[in-house]
Amino acid sequence: MITFERVSKRYDSGHDALREVSLHIERDELVFLTGHSGAGKSTLLRLIMLMEKPTRGRVTIAGADLGKLRRGAIPQHRRSIGVVFQNHKLLMDRTVFDNVALPLVIEGYNDRDIPKRVGAALDKVGLLDRQNAYPMSLSGGEQQRVGIARAVVGRPAILLADEPTGNLDPELSAEIMQLFTDFSRVGVTVLIASHDLALISRLRHRTLTLRDGRLISTTQGPAIGSNHAG
Amino acid sequence: MQASPRQKSLRGGRGAVLRTRRRPLGERWLAWRRHHSQSAADSLARVLRDPVASIMTWLVLGIAIALPAGLELALTNLERLGGAVETSARLSVFLVADASSVDAQSLASELTSDPRIEIAEFLSRDAALRDFRAQSGLDALLDSLPGNPLPHIVLVTLAGDDVSTLEQLANELYENSTVEEVIVDTKWVERFRALMDLGRKGVLLLAVVFVIAMILALGNTIRLTIESRREEIVIVKLVGGTDAFVRRPMLYMGLWYGLGGGVVAAVLLGIGVFLLSSPVGVLADAYNSDFQINGYDLFDALQLILVGTTMGLIGAWIAVARHIKNINPD
Repeated sequence: MITFERVSKRYDSGHDALREVSLHIERDELVFLTGHSGAGKSTLLRLIMLMEKPTRGRVTIAGADLGKLRRGAIPQHRRSIGVVFQNHKLLMDRTVFDNVALPLVIEGYNDRDIPKRVGAALDKVGLLDRQNAYPMSLSGGEQQRVGIARAVVGRPAILLADEPTGNLDPELSAEIMQLFTDFSRVGVTVLIASHDLALISRLRHRTLTLRDGRLISTTQGPAIGSNHAG
Repeated sequence: MQASPRQKSLRGGRGAVLRTRRRPLGERWLAWRRHHSQSAADSLARVLRDPVASIMTWLVLGIAIALPAGLELALTNLERLGGAVETSARLSVFLVADASSVDAQSLASELTSDPRIEIAEFLSRDAALRDFRAQSGLDALLDSLPGNPLPHIVLVTLAGDDVSTLEQLANELYENSTVEEVIVDTKWVERFRALMDLGRKGVLLLAVVFVIAMILALGNTIRLTIESRREEIVIVKLVGGTDAFVRRPMLYMGLWYGLGGGVVAAVLLGIGVFLLSSPVGVLADAYNSDFQINGYDLFDALQLILVGTTMGLIGAWIAVARHIKNINPD
């Protein structure tokens, strides 16, 4: 589903964020991406979202070379990817409902489907009763969950998450991780950048470790397909 | 979380196809229209949320449109006023003081038979004095004069309105010994025309300068709006919003500013015409004229509104074209 072929990214400042990274992630896989801050985790996610272009190498999503995507095709590409941002990136002057509905509004869903889907997504993250609240009145963890609801509401093929449990207590973290696991089971490719090693080791999924932009290790999780056991 | 069954329904159990299935065309068309009306309403709400700033914008824009439009209207009316004189090229032939009314009459009939002349009217000095007395109201002064100071006059109206004929005719008349002076009206007609021409060009220049200034000012207002909503634009782009989607509310904002400015201009001009029409009427009466300000009606008002709206849209478009592309998630 996601393939990196010798991908390097050097920023204008001369900093090498990624060096010769090659990896492949299957369709219904859940993969952790770990490493120190600055190791290149965010850059890797940004390349998938086309927030950046690689300096060298090739990123392929579902067989399509991202380097060959026209500028006008970027919005459509992003709609197929749900992203949970580390800093939530919510619209502070819109309600929780409107925030979660945004991808659906952009995609052109009708007024009947939007409340149903938004309700389902908010129910999933346990915030159905807060849909008329403004993000400002929510805790950090609740805002994070609104971000997750927004990421999944459009039923994306790929779910990217950048430190999705950063603001959550352990119990809630586990619930959210369970949610991600469930998504991978129904065919969504899930890639989670996190340095919550305790959580990662507990969940036993494949883990990619980055250091100074290099992919230094891949710990094998359960064999692909067998993670339905949970 | 006993999420599994619901997850199935959320994902629909279908295999992942990266390219999310786009909504059917009809649905997207409806969504497009809905986003337009939402953007329009949302932008209007934003404009109204800060009434002082918006009213200022509307006033500035309105005045900038109303000023050249008002000058243009004034010129049109002046031209119309001048036109009444201009269309009939005329000569006033003043006879020497000792010319008799018989001389004058014969000159008049002689001139009338000239093909270049439509009519030559004899105005006797007594009649001229009577008219003057009636119009000027200077009875006391006129009574104190020893006699009638006015000469006989022959008023000549040309068949055409060719200015060169006028000059030629005047020269011929000067050769006649009973003629004291010929007043040719072409000079002031020419000057008037030249002045009007200059005025029109001035107004045009002013209008162009104002329009450009206003478009830039509006563009700047929209640019500030874009800057203040930068975070929002980034988020919308991150979740797959197109440039057009992001542009829409901004363009509507320009439209509302422009529309408001146009309305202000239309109202200002309407008030101006209303306030001036009564003094102008009084003035026209004093000159025995039934002149009225006109040339401003509902259609003109709508045109001003259209001009304002267009300016707003252009301004917004310039701002949007320059800035929204450059706002990218980072």
